[in-house]
Order: sequence, then structure tokens, then C-alpha cells
Amino acid sequence: MNLNELYQEVILDHGRKPRNFRLLPMATHTAEGHNPLCGDQIHLMLSVRNGTIEEATFDGCGCAISTASASLMTEAIKGQKVEDAEVLFRQFQEAIVANGDTEPLGVLECLIGVKEYPTRVKCATLAWHALRAALESEEKSATISTETGEVIPHA
Amino acid sequence: MTALLDALRDQFPVLDQTVHGKRLVYLDNAATVQRPLPVLHAMDTFYRESNANVHRGVHLLSQRATDQFEAARVTISRFINARFSHEIIFTKGCTEAINLVAHSWGGANLRPGDEVLLSHGEHHANIVPWQLIAERTGAVIRPIPLHDSGELDLEALRAMLSDRVKLVGVKHVCNALGTIHPIEEIVRMAKSVGALVLVDGAQSLANVDVDVQALGVDFYSMSGHKAYGPMGVGALYGREELLNAMPPYQGGGDMIRTVSFEKTTFNDLPNKFEPGTPNVAGVIGLAAALDWVAGLDSASIKAHKQSLLDHATEELNRIEGVKIIGTAAQKAPVVSFVTDFAHPHDLGTIFDQHGVAIRAGHHCCMPLMKRFGVPGTARASFAVYNTNQDIIVLIEALRAAREIFA
Ligand SMILES: Cc1ncc(COP(=O)(O)O)c(C=O)c1O
Repeated sequence: MNLNELYQEVILDHGRKPRNFRLLPMATHTAEGHNPLCGDQIHLMLSVRNGTIEEATFDGCGCAISTASASLMTEAIKGQKVEDAEVLFRQFQEAIVANGDTEPLGVLECLIGVKEYPTRVKCATLAWHALRAALESEEKSATISTETGEVIPHA
Repeated sequence: MTALLDALRDQFPVLDQTVHGKRLVYLDNAATVQRPLPVLHAMDTFYRESNANVHRGVHLLSQRATDQFEAARVTISRFINARFSHEIIFTKGCTEAINLVAHSWGGANLRPGDEVLLSHGEHHANIVPWQLIAERTGAVIRPIPLHDSGELDLEALRAMLSDRVKLVGVKHVCNALGTIHPIEEIVRMAKSVGALVLVDGAQSLANVDVDVQALGVDFYSMSGHKAYGPMGVGALYGREELLNAMPPYQGGGDMIRTVSFEKTTFNDLPNKFEPGTPNVAGVIGLAAALDWVAGLDSASIKAHKQSLLDHATEELNRIEGVKIIGTAAQKAPVVSFVTDFAHPHDLGTIFDQHGVAIRAGHHCCMPLMKRFGVPGTARASFAVYNTNQDIIVLIEALRAAREIFA
């Protein structure tokens, strides 16, 4: 694995010009994802109606990997049923830790290369953990940390 | 210098390796420095020849271990010119030393409305213990502003001083930016309102001369692993009369004189603050490290580190899109920078592939990062064994990152 495989054009592009990078005033679900080790922060906003994720946006600041991952994720889940997004979360999570073959993930495959860089896996999964936290939390907003992975609902 | 440097590098076996197929260029010295052979040897010899618990055996090995342990205390007290060796309390690191002061001194002396002034650039280790104690005592923590250079705003400090201020806490050498703060002057100012001064000296022993009496500090916290010594050991210097008046921080064996269920009486300094079995090999290793540092030709080492800092600063300033954070006149060999093309974390990964170890992130100084409006920085920090060639490799790696991102 060399650096060009980690920093593929898709990742560089989404890192530089993240899609869906804006506030979502109509959000029904939000989550704050923190990586306390490097200070990366992602604020994920979803608008869910009748079981469908109609809008998904984010802001915050992070490295190329975490920004690209959030950008690609919001594109992938927009218009999806909540259950399908949850399945995608699990497939992504499996792919990034697995050694063998896993479900094909389409454009998201470009992120799987980070598994060769153990210190960076958390960058790629930050937005995804925020997604799960946002969907699972009973509250409107939730916070997750890469160091606990636990959902802490806001009071 | 070259011959001297080669001989020096030979003392650090860990440097002699490749990572990702490249020569290791270790520039993460502000996080922890490497240990020279005499330190490894001292610890190994202790375990091979003298290992026994201290202060409690009547047998020969215990006596030997106790003698070496107490000799190490003398070494450290001389290194920083403390008046008495019992003003040195061994801890597991700088963090524990600060917690000791905050909980013991702060817990006993801070009252509602009292103020603790901390520089805006403090390490979390010199913020969070005070927050914990402020919550309990009702004391108030106020940050002392910094100039854009990373230097402390002394005028602002002067304006903040009042008789409510009970303690001023500042680091001697900034781990994140390299700034060396003017401790003597800060002490003079604090004394004018009767406030104590705690200096976080985590980065000091390897980088600046420390004379606690000349500086006039009340507390000075130290870290072994940043001074060519082992991890898991550090020390607190405290003025004798302050330490004597402070209640114990933790209870246990060795820190007592007599124990009964009705009443326990405490031991004298330094044992009062050292309950339980200490990190004896670590303490012996730390003393060996300080002996090793003291044996170096300090003038040429200083010149060498200054030239590394100047060289790195000059080369980084030459690359378009690179901004150095921290431009104080007095700096330890630390360069912290951000770029307009890559996040520090991405730089860290790319550098690693070139064999270059740096730190990327907030360096446990989140308020400082916020002050400079950056999420984090990439930080290269140098030790005696680094060379100009190391800086050339660092710059090549940075140019490669620019290639990828720009
Ligand atoms: C300025 C400063 N203070 C405190 C600490 C914590 O020291 P230790 O690791 O010895 O607990 C560090 C180390 O990161 C530091 O750089």
C-alpha cells in the first residue's frame, strides 16, 4: 500500500470540496462526533421523514480522511431508508476492520484503504459513528467519541 | 560537532532502525525523548543486582536499593538547585506532580472567590486538576492572555493581579509552540500580591537550565521521560515550608509514622507524599539521565539545538502555504506549523511513510489551539541527537505532501 492508494483522487476531491457541507436548520436528528486524540469534530445533521433520510449534511473540521468520509457518507445515505443506512453502517464498519472479502461498497470502497493505517481508521469511521448515534438516540442530539464509541444523549 | 554528534547518536540504539523502509527520523521529542544507553544500563543493573523494596527491609539488597533511591533524590535536587533533597517528591510524572499541588495545597488553601491564574497556553495537565479543585473549593480559574507570538502578555498579567490571586501557574517551556516563558519576571509579579507560583517544568530539564532558588518558584513539576529518563517517573519540587504545611495527597504505607484506627500520624518529608512502593528503577534511571545530561558540553549542545531550530524555521518559512505558529524570541527547539494544503493529521501520516515521526494534533493544549484559531498543528521537536539531515528529510516529506494535496 502506498500513499497514493490512501489519498486517492476521490478522497482528495471530497476532502477539498466536501459535499453537503452546510447547516441543516430543519434537522430532526443531529450528532456531534469527536476524536479527542486529534481534535477532529464532525457535526452531522439529518432530516428524517416517514423512515427516510431526506437530507444529510455536516460541518466541523477534520483531516482529509474524516472530511471525505463524512462527505461520501452523506451522499450515500441521502434518500435511503433508515434501516438501509443502518445496514450500510454495519457493512462499512465490517469492511474497514475485516481481513477478508466483504460486501462491495461502491464509491465508498475508496475509504477502505485506511485499514492499512491503523492510526487513521478512526478518522474514516468518525462520521459513521455519528450517523449511528444520531439515528439511535432517543434525543434530538447526541455526542459520540472515538475513544468510547458510546452514545451519550444530551440532557 | 559532527564527531560529537555521531558519538551521541550511538548512545541511542532505538534511532538505528528503519520504518516503512526509511531511516527513522525521530522528531517527536516534545512528546517523549529517547533514552541513552547509560539510562538503560542503570535500570537494568538495578534489576539485576539490587532489586528490593525501599525503606522497609533490614537486609542488604533493601539497603542498597534505598541508598540508590535516595542518592537519586540528591542528584535531582542538585540538578535544579533545590535547597534540600527532601524538597523533591517523586511522582509518576509531571501530571501527578501538578495534581498533588492542586489537591493538597489547593484543597487546603483555596476559598470561594480566590483566583488561580493559568496561562492560556497551559497543557491540560495544568488546567484540569485546577478545574477539579475549583469545583470543590469555589475558587475561580482565569486564563492569562498570550501575544500572537506565543509569549505571555505580561501587561495583562499585571492587570489581573490582585490580593484574590492565590496562585499563578505557567509552563516554563511550551510543549506545543516551544516558547520559553520569563519565569523570574512572572515570579516577581506574582510575589507582589503574595501569590504562589507553580511552574510546569515538563519540558524543562532537557531544554533549559533550571535553578529553582534563582527563579524563586514555589512549586516546580517535572517529567522524567522528557528528560532522557524513563516513563512513569517524575518529580515535584516544593519549598520546604509549603510542603510541610500541606496535608498528604494520598494515603498508604511509608507515608505514615504511626497508624491506629483512632489516629494516624504522618511521616516527614519527603515520605509524607510518597505512599506505596515507588518506581525505584525509574527514579534511578532518571538520575542516570540527569547525570548524562550534566556530562554533555552544555554550550555546544545549546548551539546545536538553536541551529536546528533556526534551520527548520528557515526551511519551513520558504515553503509556500506553510505558517509557523509560535514565533517567540526565546524558544526551545520546537516548530509547530499549519499549512493551507493539508490537515496536520494527514501530514503526520505522510511524514510517517517517509520515516519521519512528528506529532499532529492539539498537543494537549486545546485552549491554546483555539487561541490561534487552528484545530491542531504539525509539530517537529528536536533533541540533542537530531541532525541537519533530519530536517532535510522533514522538508522533503512536506514537499511530498504538498505534491499530493496541492
Ligand atoms: C507542558 C507539559 N506539561 C505536562 C505534561 C505531562 O507530563 P507527564 O507525561 O510527565 O505526566 C506534558 C507532557 O505531555 C507537557 O508537555
